[in-house]
Amino acid sequence: MSVVTQASPAAADQAAPAREWRPPSYWPFVIPALVVVLAVIIFPWVFTIWMSLQEWKVGSPTVFVGLANYLRLPTDPRFVEAVGHTLSYTALSVLLPLVFGTLAAVVFHQKFAARGFLRGIFIMPMMATPVAIALVWTMMFHPQLGVLNYLLSLVGLPPQLWVFNPTTVIPSLVLVETWQWTPLVMLIVLGGLAAIPTEPYESAQIDGANFWQVFRFITLPLIMPFLFIAGMIRMIDAVKSFDIIFAITQGGPGSASETINVYLYSVAFVYYDLGYGSAIAVVFFLLIVALAALLLYLRKRLLWTSQLGSEA
Amino acid sequence: MNPRYILGRIGLWLSVFVIVSPAILFFLWMASLSLKFEIDNASYPPVFFPEHIAWKNYADVFASNRFLTYFTNSLVVTGCATALAMLVGVPAGYGIARMAAHKSAIVILIARITPGLSYLIPLFLLFQWLGLLGTLVPQIIIHLVVTVPIVIWIMIGYFETTPLELEEAALIDGATRWQVFRHVALPIARPGLAVAFILAVIFSWNNFVFGIVLAGRETRTLPVAVYNMISFDQLSWGPLAAAALIVTAPVLLLTVMAQRQIVAGLTAGAVKGG
Repeated sequence: MSVVTQASPAAADQAAPAREWRPPSYWPFVIPALVVVLAVIIFPWVFTIWMSLQEWKVGSPTVFVGLANYLRLPTDPRFVEAVGHTLSYTALSVLLPLVFGTLAAVVFHQKFAARGFLRGIFIMPMMATPVAIALVWTMMFHPQLGVLNYLLSLVGLPPQLWVFNPTTVIPSLVLVETWQWTPLVMLIVLGGLAAIPTEPYESAQIDGANFWQVFRFITLPLIMPFLFIAGMIRMIDAVKSFDIIFAITQGGPGSASETINVYLYSVAFVYYDLGYGSAIAVVFFLLIVALAALLLYLRKRLLWTSQLGSEA
Repeated sequence: MNPRYILGRIGLWLSVFVIVSPAILFFLWMASLSLKFEIDNASYPPVFFPEHIAWKNYADVFASNRFLTYFTNSLVVTGCATALAMLVGVPAGYGIARMAAHKSAIVILIARITPGLSYLIPLFLLFQWLGLLGTLVPQIIIHLVVTVPIVIWIMIGYFETTPLELEEAALIDGATRWQVFRHVALPIARPGLAVAFILAVIFSWNNFVFGIVLAGRETRTLPVAVYNMISFDQLSWGPLAAAALIVTAPVLLLTVMAQRQIVAGLTAGAVKGG
């Protein structure tokens, strides 16, 4: 790819059949985007890494401090706590949408009237402006006037403090996240269901399998790859979740719902400690990559053991 | 029409109802909040259909002169960021698809994984240094972080599926690469263009995190303006809910009208901004 031959394109077009001369001449199409990507994606990355090695506060001179910002992370209780919040928030925000999204996909895979329209309604939560949604959820969470406590009272449950109590704030935010992102899992799994051949179902019907058996032994194994993709995407988005948490609780009460991303915002743009903020950004990115690698590893392990199981 | 079939149908519709209701009920409640006077919004048990409808809430939102500024800001930022992304992203998607340069997708993957805030720190400094912070330019540029990867990603997928035969025929007839792209490839990929455009618009319009850092008082986009209403100006729910609904209404309309394209784009790329 590195060698760009300057053969006269017109002559080459006449002579060679399609494939050989293709690579070089498509470069002009890519260059404008390459410039943009270099400017707004690659440059910020390189600059962030460099900044993370500096003592860099807005308004004071910068000093090179090596890895000091990184060494500060494990001794910063707020950061350690934020990592814990992020992990529990992420675990719940991956699992719940996976379960509900799969169920919803099984239903949307059936044929019924106005399916397209209803699917459009169903995906509205994930397309709607997060801040606008967060605002309405905040009102619904209100302990005295909120509609959620009223709904609880209808089924005889005691009122909750929702996002105003340190122990229930993360589950409450996960409720919003699940409501918002279950549709994405549904869409991915629905794509998987559409790709399943009909033969296994026909033979299962002949064998007299019931609905649950069909789901457990045919559908579920066949949509596993799609569930994995959905889980991966969900993980990446849940770790980075910002709008909903920030708009509803700003990380509170106290710091009970402060995730890494919210803490990063405070460090960089409230305390203007840009060097330390950059170090958090780098570690945060590495954490996401590590989680993604862990999921990939788990999938390999699972595939391997299930293959072993079927061979034995 | 045996009883078993009918029972199955009833079961299906019941499950459809259960699945769709959280979305429907939420947005209906949002509409209800936005159309009630304070007295109804503060009543317990909650009122769903008020006796008097408070159209005034909407009038209030539009009447505040800032709201129109913020609306224009959102239009300019989303419009420019989407247009620029289409301008550079569509040819790039074409080039990458034709070169089969699949490794370049790694950059897009990194962009997809990176938290939006980590772009903000270096770009914030850069914009400050360039003296651009009082204008909309920083927000337009940083929204490219969201829109460009979406457009490239979706267009790669579309151009990979469009037939090569026509393009090769045009080349043999003496067309330049640019002419082939402009008159052969682009018209065929029109559905893909629509998908990329719609998703770029939605994710740019919805973006919040870039705005809270980069926007000043005059350069707020709508999501930032609504957030500031929560924290400072407004304590009454009616106008707040009205503002929230106005901000997200264009997106919701687009979602229901173009659900086919959106579903196609999301399942193909599973992209999301920020």
